[in-house]
Amino acid sequence: METEYSKEEEMEKLLEDLKKSNVRKEDWEFHDNLQPVYSTGAGLNRKIVEEISEIKKEPDWMRRFRLKALEIFQSKPVPTWGPDLSGIDWENTKYYTRPDEITTNNWDEVPDQIKDTFKKLGVPEMEQKYLAGSVAQYDSEGVYHNLRKVWEDKGVLFMDLDLALKTHPDLVKDYFCKAVPPTDNKFAALNGAVWSGGSFLYVPKGVKIDMPLQTYFRMNGEQTGQFEHTIVVADEGSSVHYIEGCTAPRYEKNSLHSAIVEIYVNKNAHARYTSVQNWSKSVYNMPTKRAWVEENGQMEWVGGSLGSKVTMLYPSSYLRGPHASAHNLNVSLAGPGTIKDTGAKALHLAPYTSSRIVAKSISIEDGKAIYRGLLRMNKGAVHSKSHVQCDALLINDESQSFTFPHDEIYEPTATFGHEATVGRIGTDELTYLRSRGLSEDEASSMIVLGFLDDVMKEIPMEFAVEMNRLIKLEMNKLGAVG
Amino acid sequence: MRERYIYFSQFRHKKVFKYNLFICNKKVQHLPELIIKNLSASVEGKQILKGVNLTVKGGEIHALMGPNGAGKSTLGNVLIGHPNYVINGGSIILDGKDLTGKTPEERARAGLFLAFQSPVAVVGVKLSAFMRAAYKQVHPEDKSKLSEFYDRMKIHMKKVGLDESFMSRSVNDGFSGGERKRFEILQMMILRPKIVVLDEIDSGLDVDALKLVAEEIKEYYSQEVGFLIITHYQRILKDIEPEFVHILKDGKIVMDGDNSLSLRIEEEGYDWIKNTA
Repeated sequence: METEYSKEEEMEKLLEDLKKSNVRKEDWEFHDNLQPVYSTGAGLNRKIVEEISEIKKEPDWMRRFRLKALEIFQSKPVPTWGPDLSGIDWENTKYYTRPDEITTNNWDEVPDQIKDTFKKLGVPEMEQKYLAGSVAQYDSEGVYHNLRKVWEDKGVLFMDLDLALKTHPDLVKDYFCKAVPPTDNKFAALNGAVWSGGSFLYVPKGVKIDMPLQTYFRMNGEQTGQFEHTIVVADEGSSVHYIEGCTAPRYEKNSLHSAIVEIYVNKNAHARYTSVQNWSKSVYNMPTKRAWVEENGQMEWVGGSLGSKVTMLYPSSYLRGPHASAHNLNVSLAGPGTIKDTGAKALHLAPYTSSRIVAKSISIEDGKAIYRGLLRMNKGAVHSKSHVQCDALLINDESQSFTFPHDEIYEPTATFGHEATVGRIGTDELTYLRSRGLSEDEASSMIVLGFLDDVMKEIPMEFAVEMNRLIKLEMNKLGAVG
Repeated sequence: MRERYIYFSQFRHKKVFKYNLFICNKKVQHLPELIIKNLSASVEGKQILKGVNLTVKGGEIHALMGPNGAGKSTLGNVLIGHPNYVINGGSIILDGKDLTGKTPEERARAGLFLAFQSPVAVVGVKLSAFMRAAYKQVHPEDKSKLSEFYDRMKIHMKKVGLDESFMSRSVNDGFSGGERKRFEILQMMILRPKIVVLDEIDSGLDVDALKLVAEEIKEYYSQEVGFLIITHYQRILKDIEPEFVHILKDGKIVMDGDNSLSLRIEEEGYDWIKNTA
C-alpha cells in the first residue's frame, strides 16, 4: 500500500512546492549581463569558420571539414516546403560566442554568473539527485562536465565534444558526421561549419548505465546561434539513457538553434534519448537528429517540444540490422503564435525491423501543430513492421493541426499502419470537471495532461513535473478556454 | 387564481421516514438551505424555465417530477452553472450566498452537487487523479495524504459497486450507463456536498443497481444534506420516499405534494394535472 502511490504522492508534493514558489515562465527567460570573452561577431564567411577552428586549436581534418560544410551550406537554398523561415536573419546572427576560457569538472570553478544561471534552472540539484553525469553548455561552449566515478571506471566517456576531440580524436573521427553528413540539409551543413559544444557520450561494450546522463543547454546572447553537436555511442550490448534540456531568454530579435544529434546503437544495445526543449519564443529551432540502429539494437526517442517560435524536428531512425527497432514518442505544444513542424522518420533497411511512432500535439490559440513523417521500407526488409499514431488536441477555435505522412514501401511482406485522431476540449467536458470544484484552468490542463499521459510516464519525474508546470503556465495565460 | 396546487394524500399523517435516524446528541448548528427564487433560464435563445420557486433544506428530500420537455434537466444544468444555459431572471441562493452569477466551480465549492443525467466521458483524465483534485478544491481543510485519500475512496467504490480498477481509467470513458451513474454517486459520497441534485439518477440502471444506488443515497442522507431528486418515473421514489414532491410543467412548478403524488403519477401519468391546472 505504501509504495503503490509513492510516485504519485511525490509528484503531488513536487507540484505543490512549485505552486508555492510561484514561478512564472519569465523566470526562464531572464537574461544575464555577461560579456562574452570572445565572439566572432555577426555574419558568416570562410574567415570566421577558420577563426573558430583556430581558437579551438582543432586538427587539420576538422578545419577542412568545416570549410567543406560551409560550401555546402552556402550552395543549399533555405527549405521552403515547411514553415516560413524568412524571419531568420542570417547576416546578423552571431555564429560563435564564448562565455569564458574554461571548461571544468569542478562546479566551484564555474564562473559565478553562469553558475547562478544553472542554479536558477535547477541543474546542480538534478545532478545530485538522479543523474549519472552531466554537461552544461552556455552559449557556444561547454562550461562544466561531470561523470560519476563508478561509470568513469567502467570506461564510459562523457564530456563536451570539443574536449573529446582533444582527448579522444580517433574515436570522435570514427563517428563524427557519419549519420548526419553536411550534405543532408542546409541546417546540418551550417552545423558542420560552425559547430561548437554538444556532448560526446561513449558507452563501452556491455556497460549498462542505470541512471540517466544529462546535458543542459543555455543560450544567453541575443541573436546568437547555438550549434552544438552531440554524439552518443552505445557499443555492443550496452544500455544508456541520455537527456537534454534547453532554455533561452526571450529577445525581440530572433535567435537560431541548429544542432546535430547522432546516435549509434550497436548490436544488442539500447539507447534512449530524451529531450525537453523550452526555448523562448524568439528561437528558430532546427536540429537534425538521427540514429543508426544495428542488429537487434533498440532506439527510443522521447521528446517534449514546448517552446521556440518555429521548430522543425524529425528524429530519424535508420534500422540497419535485422531485428533493429525504433520507438518515437513526441509531444509538441504549439502555443500562441508558434509553429511546430515535427514528426519522425523510420527507414527500414534490414529484415524484421520494427518501428512505432507516437506523436501528440496540442495547439493553443493560433498555434499550428504539424505532423510530418517519413516511413520507408526497402526491398528486402522482409516482415518489417511499423505503426504510426498521431493525436492532436485543439484548444481554441482558431487552433490548427495538420498531418503529412509520407510512406514509401518497397517490400511486399512489410506491414504498416496509421492512426490519427483530433480532439477538442469541449464545454461539456470542462463543465463536468468544473462542477466538481476544479477551476477552468485546472480542468483544461488536466485534460491536456491526460492527453499526454503515456508520454509523461516515459520521462523522469523531474522532467514530468517540469512539463506539467510549463503546460499549466501556457494554459493559465489563456483566460477563456473552449 | 392559485398558481400551485397542493396535493396531499389521506395518509399524510403517516410520515414514513424510517431511515431518518440522525444522531441526536450531535447538535446541528446550521442546516444548509438552497433557495431557488423565481428562476428563469433559456438555452440557445429558447425560454425553458419560467419562474421556478423551490426551497430545499438540510434533512429534506424533494422530488421534482414532470413530463418530458418540462425543463427538469435544464433546472439541473442551470443550478450547476453550465455555460450553455443563460439565466434570465431570479436567483439561486445557498446558505445566504448568492450563486446566481457564479462559476460551476464556485457552486461546487459552496457545497452544491449535481449528478448529471448523462455524464460525459473525459478521455485521458484519470478517475483517481480527478477525484483527488476535486476533493482538494472542495475540502481544502483536509490535509490527508494521497494514499489515505485513495484508501478511503476504495471503500466507497466497493459500496457503490465499482471495481478498484476504475481508479486508473479515464473519467466515464467506456463506462456503461450504470457505471456512470454509480460513479456520480461515488463522487457525491467523496465530495460530501450540502445540497445534492440528482438528475434522472435512475435512468440506465437495472433493478439491482437502482436498489444499491438508493441505499447509498439513504446512507448519505442526514440532517445536514438536502436532496433534490429530478425524475420522470416514480420507481426510485419507492425506495427513497421523498417528503416533498413537486411537479414541473412548462417551466414552472404547478403542483406540490407528498410522495402519494408520485404514486398517482405512476398510475395516471401527467395528463390529469393539465386538467386541474
